[in-house]
Amino acid sequence: MQEAIRRFRLWAERRLPALTRFRRRESLPIMLHRRRIYIVPTGFGGAFTVLLLVMLLGALNYTNNAALMLTCLLGATTSASMLVAFRSLNGLRLTSIRHGHAIAGEPMVLQLVFTGGDHAHASIHAEMDGQAEAFSVGTHGEVVVSMSLPTEHRGWQPLPRIKLWSSWPLGLFLAWSWTHPDQSVLVWPRPETGGPPPVLPSDEGKQQRLHQGEDVAALRSYRAGDPQRHIAWKHSARHENLLVKDFEQPEAQEEWRLDWRQLSQLVPDMRIARLARWLGEAEAVGRPTSLWLPNEDIGLGHGRSHYAHCMNALARLP
Amino acid sequence: MIRLRLFRRKHQPPLEQRPFDLLCITIAVVLGVHASHLPWWLTLASAATLGLRWWQRSRHAGRAPSYFKLPLAALLAAAVVFHYDTLFGREPGAALVTGLLVLKLLETETSRDARVATAFACFALMSALLFDQSMLATLFVALGLPPAIATLRALQPARPSVTLSRELLPALGLLAASVPLALVAFVFVPRLNSPLWGAPGAAQARSGLSPDMSLGDFADVLLDERPAMRVSFEGAPPPNSQRYFRAYVLWDYDGHTWRGRSSQGSPAPLEHGPALHYTIALESTGQRTLPSLDLPLEAPSDAHLGPDRELQADRPVNDPLIYRLASALNYRQPAELSAMDQRRALHLPAGRNPRARALGEQWRTQYGANEAAIIQAALNLFHDGGFSYLLSPPPLGANAMDDFLFGTREGFCEHYASSFTVLMRAAGIPARVVTGYQGGYWNATGNYLLVRQADAHAWSEVWLPQRGWVRIDPTAAVRPERVNQGSAAANAVTADAAQNQWLLSLRNRWDFVNQWWNQGVIGFDTLRQHGLLTSFGVQDPSVGTLGLLLAIGGSLTALLGLSWALWKRPEADQARAAMQLLEKRLAGAGVVRRPSEGPQHYFSRAARTLPGQRVELEHLKRTYLELRYAHEEPPADLLKNFRQAARDFRPRRVFK
Repeated sequence: MQEAIRRFRLWAERRLPALTRFRRRESLPIMLHRRRIYIVPTGFGGAFTVLLLVMLLGALNYTNNAALMLTCLLGATTSASMLVAFRSLNGLRLTSIRHGHAIAGEPMVLQLVFTGGDHAHASIHAEMDGQAEAFSVGTHGEVVVSMSLPTEHRGWQPLPRIKLWSSWPLGLFLAWSWTHPDQSVLVWPRPETGGPPPVLPSDEGKQQRLHQGEDVAALRSYRAGDPQRHIAWKHSARHENLLVKDFEQPEAQEEWRLDWRQLSQLVPDMRIARLARWLGEAEAVGRPTSLWLPNEDIGLGHGRSHYAHCMNALARLP
Repeated sequence: MIRLRLFRRKHQPPLEQRPFDLLCITIAVVLGVHASHLPWWLTLASAATLGLRWWQRSRHAGRAPSYFKLPLAALLAAAVVFHYDTLFGREPGAALVTGLLVLKLLETETSRDARVATAFACFALMSALLFDQSMLATLFVALGLPPAIATLRALQPARPSVTLSRELLPALGLLAASVPLALVAFVFVPRLNSPLWGAPGAAQARSGLSPDMSLGDFADVLLDERPAMRVSFEGAPPPNSQRYFRAYVLWDYDGHTWRGRSSQGSPAPLEHGPALHYTIALESTGQRTLPSLDLPLEAPSDAHLGPDRELQADRPVNDPLIYRLASALNYRQPAELSAMDQRRALHLPAGRNPRARALGEQWRTQYGANEAAIIQAALNLFHDGGFSYLLSPPPLGANAMDDFLFGTREGFCEHYASSFTVLMRAAGIPARVVTGYQGGYWNATGNYLLVRQADAHAWSEVWLPQRGWVRIDPTAAVRPERVNQGSAAANAVTADAAQNQWLLSLRNRWDFVNQWWNQGVIGFDTLRQHGLLTSFGVQDPSVGTLGLLLAIGGSLTALLGLSWALWKRPEADQARAAMQLLEKRLAGAGVVRRPSEGPQHYFSRAARTLPGQRVELEHLKRTYLELRYAHEEPPADLLKNFRQAARDFRPRRVFK
């Protein structure tokens, strides 16, 4: 039985890919046309047809031609509404899908951009994962439909199938088409909720900065324990005691050099979650950060786009 | 209106005000088309409920509570039963359907409710046609369709919002687009030969000819201007004085009422002159008698010819009926009158009308066997005896004929026909009364004779040896124009209307349209359907053939519709079209684009040639380049901008 259903599905997939949910992915823009639009009567359409049959039988029985004519007119209107339902989808184009950012577990805002052809498309529904939005597109018009995509895991997430349907104009017929855009969205990792602050670079790091040619903030008297390398020999020659170069480090300009390798004691996903949290905290206060990852090394920077760059890199980690 | 929830439904969004308004309009039309046959209190109560509900709903949404609805529904059923004694049948059914429809409005709060109510309203609209399928009634019913369609349309989400009247336009358009398919279906739907169940209720009381005649009966009929039938002749119509349409032959007189005889048999043979062929389109009468011009020679199908050559249909005429006949205007009945018929045609009720009988007997002794002289004496009496034609004569006593002949002397056709027949019988001449129609209006637009109820007439027939039954119209002796010009001239009451020629011609045009409707639509039965197909070479089509034709016709119209649905305007490259226009204009100014030349170079060269328009050309160049190369899909406003600029660009030639 299961095997028969599977084979039927495969057959349907081969024969009528648009009818089934098994439509292959296709690249945008997607244009709806007659080979992928299907129509069935709605429940109301079926009931209305039964009513029309009753009226027809009554008119014929009483040889009442005026009633027969009225029934014929209503029946013809019903049929015409089927064509209108088809036409309201025919020529509709899903041009592009824009998306925002979302961390795993939060819904991502998708913006579906639809453009109309040479006629208006009234009362279309876009249905995705149980949520539906109704919209209409004017002649040569463009409409942006916002939907939210639930996310679960970080990384690339393919877009689900989107059902476009319409029962325009009378609700008697349902015309629909499945679209399966070949597009994926990158879901950011979920930051851990709590944990230690980043291990800031030690003195060694400061010394490295010296070699990077940073300015000397001030000179002060030698104290026991100062490294020899910090002694300003030239200045000391003109003074009685040794002078040491002092490096000023204001808290606001503190840089976070986040490094994948420093978190070697954690499993990869925990590392990602921690780095994501640190990135978030740095972004919140506008602190410059750099990020070293096994497959990417992102230099110092700050701001929204830097944050997005880093998060994307985190999300892409295997 | 108990809602049965057989399965859980999806949550329905609340109904917006616009579809509700449209639904109210639909139901108001339903109420309007049914108003003529609903009891007045139901119409009034329904209209009030409709109005109140609309007013309430426009203030705040909310369905009526069920403790309110259930008693109302019960009250409606009880009231219908109380009024009609039953819930079944045409009138009670219509009352119930209309009432329930209005009550449904009380609980209409979701899209689903509105859909159900709309479908129900469509059914109620159709049921109104069971009462009256005249053109006006049908048009009125059809008025209900656009708001019904618009209601369904308005239930769809995400429509552009427009005014109420603009909502009706697309609905009308959809209906209009459906007309071809509707016509195909109407023409080819196989008709039923016999009804599956009973015909709708008994015929309503109609004014018109009745199978018997009592004095005073005709007064109402003669004021009824509704059409009785329309007659189209093959060849020239007979003159007005020959237009006697016989309906009932009345033999038996009890001093008050003339009645027909219920005898079976076939008509006596007839020697006749040339036959006149004609077709009668009879309005529904609810009776079986079919009027026919003078003496019909043969009965049409579904009817038979009685012994007095009156036509009886097999079924009561509850719908307009069209039949074709051949009649003789000059004829002779060579057979003898049977003894029984003779006794019957001479019978007078005992003890009634002694003075009339005495007068008849006096004529018999005076003129002997000369029947013509006796008839002439009677006609002379009417002509010279101070008789007058009056539609509202004074009442007559028990000896009505004596009172009329020797007292009031005022009356109309039935008085004259009655008294003449009584006089003839008293004089020993077999005589009988015939009722039917006389005259009619010749409608030159439609080439047919319109006979109204007001043309109803009564006259006499006397039996003359060697000639058989001979028509004598005593009314003509008093008022000759009644026979020569028709009832409108004779009935002074309607004389004003008759003189108003403009009104008359308008009325005749209107009647012509009605005639067309009756013949083309209402009278389109199996016979006509077959007749239509015969002209296309389909002989005696079966239901299967009709079904096939219906399928073919339906497919053809569907193909038309499909080509509309699939038609796409060829996707022209508008930027290219605008560029070509520019190239043409610039070529006129001397800058011809070379086949190998790119747009940037071309525009630069043009700018050098037309230095005065360098700025414009620069703008065109930038727009075109952006349009072509900066976007995957050029933005609409940029395209519009470029097309506008290209259209506006006129090269000004530089004269060196």
